[in-house]
Amino acid sequence: MQEQQDFKHRHFAHCESGVMSLMVSHHGLPLSEAMVFGLSGALMFAYIPFVKLGGMPLIAYRSRPRSIIKGLQKTLGIKMKMHTFSNPSKGMATLDALLQQGHVVGAQSSVFWLPYFPPEMRFHFNAHNLIIVGKEGDDYLISDPVFESSQRCATEDLKKARFVKGMMAPKGLIYYPLAVPDHIDYQRILPAVIKRNAKAMLKTPVPIAGIRGIRALARSITRLSGKDPRQARLFLGHIVRMQEEIGTGGAGFRFIYASFLQEAGRLLDNNRGLESASREMTIVGDQWREFALLAVTTIRKKRNDKMNFSALTEKLLHVAAAEAEVYQRILKIRFTCL
Amino acid sequence: MEQDMVPQDNISTYADNKKAVYATDRSGNYNVIASSGWEIEEEATLQAVREMERLAREAYVLAARGEYSPLFFHMYNRRMDIQVLAEATGLFKWRIKRHFKPVVFDRLSEKILARYSDALGISRQKLCSLPQQNRNL
Repeated sequence: MQEQQDFKHRHFAHCESGVMSLMVSHHGLPLSEAMVFGLSGALMFAYIPFVKLGGMPLIAYRSRPRSIIKGLQKTLGIKMKMHTFSNPSKGMATLDALLQQGHVVGAQSSVFWLPYFPPEMRFHFNAHNLIIVGKEGDDYLISDPVFESSQRCATEDLKKARFVKGMMAPKGLIYYPLAVPDHIDYQRILPAVIKRNAKAMLKTPVPIAGIRGIRALARSITRLSGKDPRQARLFLGHIVRMQEEIGTGGAGFRFIYASFLQEAGRLLDNNRGLESASREMTIVGDQWREFALLAVTTIRKKRNDKMNFSALTEKLLHVAAAEAEVYQRILKIRFTCL
Repeated sequence: MEQDMVPQDNISTYADNKKAVYATDRSGNYNVIASSGWEIEEEATLQAVREMERLAREAYVLAARGEYSPLFFHMYNRRMDIQVLAEATGLFKWRIKRHFKPVVFDRLSEKILARYSDALGISRQKLCSLPQQNRNL
C-alpha cells in the first residue's frame, strides 16, 4: 500500500489542532492551526488537584482532549466520523480498510508507547493525536504534526499505543471528516467564538477553571512552604513541564491564540480591537514564560537556601490579572460588520 | 515572543527533534518557527526523568534483595506508578500492592501474569526476573 499521494505533512505546535488543520486542509478547506485552535474555543486553564497524573495534580492550559475535534465540528458544521473500539484487532482492521479506501485517518494514542518519540519525552500521556496516511509492509506511515518530518511506526507498536488502558484511554479512537464546508461565514462565526472563549475564561462557575484556576494554582504554591522541599521542587517542575513541554505548553497556547486573534482581525476588515488583543495576548504568553523561568531558578536553589514561594505566587497572580484583562477587553470589542 | 527570542538551546531531551512555536517578526506578524528547545524546559523534563529513574533504581535494590517482587521494579522501570499500573491492568491497587510481596508474586496464575506482561509490554520471563543491570527502557 502506498502513502496517500497528495497529503502534505506540516510541523505544528500542538497535536490535536495540528491534526485537524492538516485533515480539513487535505479535504479542501485550508485552515491554519491557529484558526482551528481559536475556532474550537480551545484556550482554557484548569487546575484539578484531585485528578493525579503520575502522582501530580492535573494542570491543563487548554480545553479537554477531543474538544478541538468536537468544537470544530460544532462551529463549522464539519461532519466527522469517529470510531472507538473494544476489540484491538478490529480497530486495526478498520484502520487498514480506511487506508485502503484512500482516507487519511486521525488517531488518538499514548505517547509512551510510540517508539519514534525521544526516550526522555515518553511519559504515560494517552491523549496524543496523529494522522495515519498509509502503510508500507509492517509499518504505518504517520504524519505527527509535532514532529518536523513524517514518521513510521510498526504495527504492534501502534496497536499498543492506540489501545493502552488508563486515564483518557484512546480506545483506538480514529476519525476523519465526512463532509467539509467549502465556505465559512467568518463575519458571523469569529465574533461569537472569540467572545464565548473570553467568557469561559472569566466567568467559570468552578474555582479551578479559567482565571480562577490560575489563581487557585498560585495559592497552592504558597502552601508549598510547609511541605517537604523535594516534593515542592517536583511540584514546581511539574507545573513547568505541563506548561512548556506537554503538547505545546501553556505559554505556547497563549501564542497560538494570539496568532489566531491576529488572523481573525485581518479577516474582519482589520479589526483594531482584535489586533491589539493579539498583541496583549503575546505579552501574557511572555509573562507565562517568565514564570517558568522563575520556577526553574527556584528549583535550582541549594537545599539550604530558602525557596521563595511567595515571589512565584505573586508572579502567577500577576499573569492571571494580565490575562483576565485581555479577556475583558475582548468582551468590549465592537464588531461592526455583523 | 519575538522570532529572535525563540530559544535554540539544542536541548538533550528533544534528541535532535524540533518543536514548532509561534513567534512574531519585526512587524508583529505571527509565524511558526522551529525551536531546538529551551534549557528551562530541559531542566524540568530532566528533573521528572531523574525522579522516575531514582524510583526505578531504589525498586531494583529492594527487588534484588528479595524484599519486593520483580513487578515492583518493572512498574517503575516503565515509568508507571500503582495508579497507572492499576488502570492499565484493570486490577485493584490493593491487589497490585499484594503482588509486590515475593511470596504472593511467585504463586500468581498465568492469567494475572499475562495481564502484567501485557500492560508493561515485556515478556512473562522478563517480568518474573530482574535484568542484569538496571538499565532504562
